[in-house]
Amino acid sequence: MAILEVENVHTYYGNIHALKGISLTVNEGENVTLIGANGAGKSTLLKTISGLLHPKQGMIRLAGEDLAAYQAHEIVGKGVVQAPEGRRVFGRLTVSENLEMGAYTRVDRSGIADGIEHVFTLFPRLKERHNQVAGTLSGGEQQMLAIGRALMARPRVLLLDEPSMGLAPILVQSIFETIVQLHAAGTTILLVEQNARMALQIADRGYVLQTGQIILSDTAGNLRQNEMVQKAYLGMA
Amino acid sequence: MRRALERISLIDVFMWIVGGSIIGIVLVGSVATIRSGQYSIRHWSDFLIFGVAQGSVYALIALGYTLVYGILRMINFAHGEVFMSGAYTAFFVADALSKSGFLGQNPLLGLLAVFAVSMATSVTVAVILERVAYRPLRRAPRLVPLITAIGASFFLQYTFRGFYGSGFKSYPEVPVLQGSWVWGGIVSIQRIQVLVIVAAGLLMLALYTYVQRTRAGKAMRAVSEDKDVAALMGINVDAVIVQTFIIGAALAGAAGVLYALMFRQVHFFMGFFPGIKAFTAAVLGGIGNIPGAMLGGLFLGIFESVGPILFLDGLGVPAPYQLKDAIAFTMLVLILIFRPTGILGERLARAKA
Ligand SMILES: Nc1ncnc2c1ncn2[C@@H]1O[C@H](COP(=O)(O)OP(=O)(O)O)[C@@H](O)[C@H]1O
Ligand SMILES: [Mg+2]
Repeated sequence: MAILEVENVHTYYGNIHALKGISLTVNEGENVTLIGANGAGKSTLLKTISGLLHPKQGMIRLAGEDLAAYQAHEIVGKGVVQAPEGRRVFGRLTVSENLEMGAYTRVDRSGIADGIEHVFTLFPRLKERHNQVAGTLSGGEQQMLAIGRALMARPRVLLLDEPSMGLAPILVQSIFETIVQLHAAGTTILLVEQNARMALQIADRGYVLQTGQIILSDTAGNLRQNEMVQKAYLGMA
Repeated sequence: MRRALERISLIDVFMWIVGGSIIGIVLVGSVATIRSGQYSIRHWSDFLIFGVAQGSVYALIALGYTLVYGILRMINFAHGEVFMSGAYTAFFVADALSKSGFLGQNPLLGLLAVFAVSMATSVTVAVILERVAYRPLRRAPRLVPLITAIGASFFLQYTFRGFYGSGFKSYPEVPVLQGSWVWGGIVSIQRIQVLVIVAAGLLMLALYTYVQRTRAGKAMRAVSEDKDVAALMGINVDAVIVQTFIIGAALAGAAGVLYALMFRQVHFFMGFFPGIKAFTAAVLGGIGNIPGAMLGGLFLGIFESVGPILFLDGLGVPAPYQLKDAIAFTMLVLILIFRPTGILGERLARAKA
């Protein structure tokens, strides 16, 4: 069943037409990846889904409900939760406080405590540093925190914007392993990546975005075999 | 060596000379004043306690500037008028309660009522200000809300002048707050100063606890760091901004009553100097930084109270106390030149729009 549906979405920055009629769907329990070069419009799409940007045209639905009437902070409460590009943890808040902010829409105290424990089992490094201000964490730890923070809201759909960006290869590996783990545990994921090779290895399906338009969509396996994808995104001759 | 010298510009040299001579004057003046023996320990402790009381009021107002700056990177120049609006409105309540004798019989309830009216008025004014004057301009260039704030400041002054008249009104005396305590003939503290210092201290402690410990306080800090990401956490950013104005205004309203009780008069223009001073204090402590505003306020109050006599009396300046504002602003300029970040804070110019 489709949980997230994006239908013919057009988003502008002033006069700049950044998204030119995007349509995609994410089904319950799926791990879908959106790949594309720098500047293709990937972050713009995630911001539009999260309600930070408003489409001039088109519709975004969560489990059938039109999200147009909701503001960004309300959309989180609906269950669409994003870990933004560049991590953007709250540098002057501690690790624990960052996680509490992730749970801002929740009121069940014991559930929140369980959530924090869950994040700490997923990322033991964060537990060691729970009282440290996030600004002093390493890049990899900040990415773990950004993902953990998003998980705290108990997402129905988790949007990840380039979680591997700027990380050393070994950390990229471990972040992708975490995503596989989350997916296996039933989390629905829309993963935005420039690292198409890794993303297509772990995703069920994929979309290819180029200058504001979806130019391809298929199962991840087929996309890996696609000649155009191999040339443009997987660096094969 | 040569290249290092070349990097020092003439202006730098000039500024160092200015700074050096000011420090020289301050040192020579202080030594001369102390050696003249004209002022006893009792005098100095009076100046100091007055400075702490005055500084506590500055600190409360300064927190309003710093909280709003922390969230919106904007100087709310109408904050002095938020302070005035509460104190001035509460005057009528204080006056009525005093005339009916209630303030004499039941000072605690009476004062609480005066504080409540003042804080409620300041909060109302600030919330309207945010909604009408600032929110529509949130995405405008930085200069625009600044001009609006100055306009709002005049608007409020003349509105209150229109409502309440242009004369000074004298705040009633509260019988229990009359008189002072003396220890060993050296330290003497007026009851009203005790009220000011204790009330301000408690309010600041409450604010600090709120910001550090509560969920809403943490959300406030999150919004001050990154509004978009705060929204992605489900935080209603507009509501947090309004809440910030409310807290700043409540503190200003309380400061207004304390100020009026200390100086015993109110006036439509009464917000101007304390407003500017508190802004100075906020910059001094590091704008956007909460402990900085508290420290900056206290420091400025003490500096203003002790400084003029200490620095200038020994130099034969006839009426040093008249120069306290000049001294305060000289200090502001020096701080902006030599330590633009203030004592604890971030750089004023580096702040993003
Ligand atoms: N705030 C903005 N204002 C104007 N143009 C923007 C803004 N953000 C992004 N863009 C433009 O929109 C296009 C898509 O950007 P983005 O969604 O960030 O791409 P991606 O995430 O795929 O790298 C780019 O051409 C970019 O220059
Ligand atoms: Mg991007």
